[in-house]
Amino acid sequence: MTPELDDLYQEVILDHNRRPRNFRALGGGRRAEGFNPLCGDRITVFLTVDNGVIADVAFQGSGCAISKASASLMTESVKGRTVDEAQALFERFQQMITAPADAAVESLGKLTVLAGVRQFPVRVKCASLAWHTLRAAFDARDEVVSTE
Amino acid sequence: MASVVSTRRDALDVAAVRRDFPILRQRVHGRPLIYLDNAATTQKPRVMLEALQRYYSEENANVHRGVHSLSGRATDAYDAARETIRRFLNAADSREIVFVRGTTEGINLVAQTYGRARIGAGDEIVLSEMEHHSNIVPWQILCEEKGARLRVVPMTDAGELRLDEYESLLNECTRMVAVAHVSNVLGTVNPVAEIARLAVARGIPVLVDGAQAVAHMPVDVQALGCDFYAFSGHKVLGPTGIGVLYGRRALLEAMPVYQGGGGQIASVTFDRTTYAALPYKYEAGTPNIAGVIGLAAALDYVTAVGLDRIAAYERDLSTYAASALSGVPGLRLTGTARERAAVLSFVLGDVHPHDIGTILDREGVAIRAGHHCCQPLMRRLGVPATARASLALYNTREEVDALVAALERVREVFE
Ligand SMILES: Cc1ncc(COP(=O)(O)O)c(C=O)c1O
Repeated sequence: MTPELDDLYQEVILDHNRRPRNFRALGGGRRAEGFNPLCGDRITVFLTVDNGVIADVAFQGSGCAISKASASLMTESVKGRTVDEAQALFERFQQMITAPADAAVESLGKLTVLAGVRQFPVRVKCASLAWHTLRAAFDARDEVVSTE
Repeated sequence: MASVVSTRRDALDVAAVRRDFPILRQRVHGRPLIYLDNAATTQKPRVMLEALQRYYSEENANVHRGVHSLSGRATDAYDAARETIRRFLNAADSREIVFVRGTTEGINLVAQTYGRARIGAGDEIVLSEMEHHSNIVPWQILCEEKGARLRVVPMTDAGELRLDEYESLLNECTRMVAVAHVSNVLGTVNPVAEIARLAVARGIPVLVDGAQAVAHMPVDVQALGCDFYAFSGHKVLGPTGIGVLYGRRALLEAMPVYQGGGGQIASVTFDRTTYAALPYKYEAGTPNIAGVIGLAAALDYVTAVGLDRIAAYERDLSTYAASALSGVPGLRLTGTARERAAVLSFVLGDVHPHDIGTILDREGVAIRAGHHCCQPLMRRLGVPATARASLALYNTREEVDALVAALERVREVFE
């Protein structure tokens, strides 16, 4: 194994891939679908927002280990935050995964494990898909009909 | 000169072939490049690269336009290339060879000319379940415009077209059958001669998407009995941006033009234009002259190595690869048709193909991961994506072994 691969497929990432957190549908809130046409990754992000605070967030879909782990980690790190805080976090996350490989890694809590993606430019889209979808969900309206 | 040719001497000399491809000496992440993504595009032999270089440094001029001698030389080279391609496909007449950008443009040309003129409301176009998007979308565009509809030939779980179903789809509304010669995902070699025979007997034209066939087996359009045959130069050791549409002369004569412009006309007034004879009628604008010359050089190379020899070599290598891959725990090959080209798609447990691709790349092994522009087929297979190793004449058993070893790395990561 090369060190770059060890960086990318860290145990935490493999664990979130195997057992994604908040991997379910939420009824009654907002939802958005994300799609990466390059590799066929698909994700649906569900969201309930209460007074500008993310009360609950979940996702479903299929994708590679990076996109699944990133979505799982995202749900854990934005729950309980305000929408504005989550937006700001996305900016910093995006900077972290697109920084030059030799730049210092700023700590982003749990999300820091995804810093290894920067050494694999073609995988950046996998890591950011969930976040783009979350952002689309912020802009979506509350669904009138709940699922099931 | 000719004496007894032993089977040994007849076999492809892969070491010699490899020396003809400069890129294969490259290292990736410190390891020798193992290029197994030939269905996406093939690597280029030196003779092809030299032909491009020679054209631009010694013959560059526009064709069919200049009275000067350089233009004459460029035109001669260009016309000779068309004849090379005619021979390669065994077309009856070099006027049946139309230069396009690639398979995609070839199919669009037919949809937009023959299709627009002859296909109308209620008509049907028959495709197969394993088509590449480029043999689906152009027909869909036409259907939307005209109110026609697509009918889809299903396949078996092994990846073979159901010919009985195919035959029952053919009816008085069928105006076109469009089918891949070789599937870029499953490797299935479709029985296109049989498919064409059944359609032609009913007066239905047949287009064959030859993108994945021409580099791997001899193709004879007259023996196949199809009306149109499209392929891309870059998938048969040639340059990108050049491809061929073969069309039967009677059809090409009758069809309306594709694009309008210079080089395709007999005369133009502001009232009306009359078009040049075949094939120029379909080739408006300055063509990809270098591409055409490069393609001819690539086809000459393939012909010199021998397509029968290439096919035999790849069949053997593909059988070896299929059995080596089957030995990887958790690996399942998608596509087990009896007639198969050297395209091996697989899934590995629940590891996403994208992750397989990344890990293999670090081992120097280039494969493709994704839906391969065949989303309807992925749906049929019940997977979001597959990993695909596609072989060519310069690949070796050692490279297949390296693929298998690299897949072990993948299993280690994902246990
Ligand atoms: C079966 C098949 N048809 C059509 C195409 C399209 O070829 P091009 O992109 O060169 O036009 C491809 C290439 O991926 C293919 O594999």
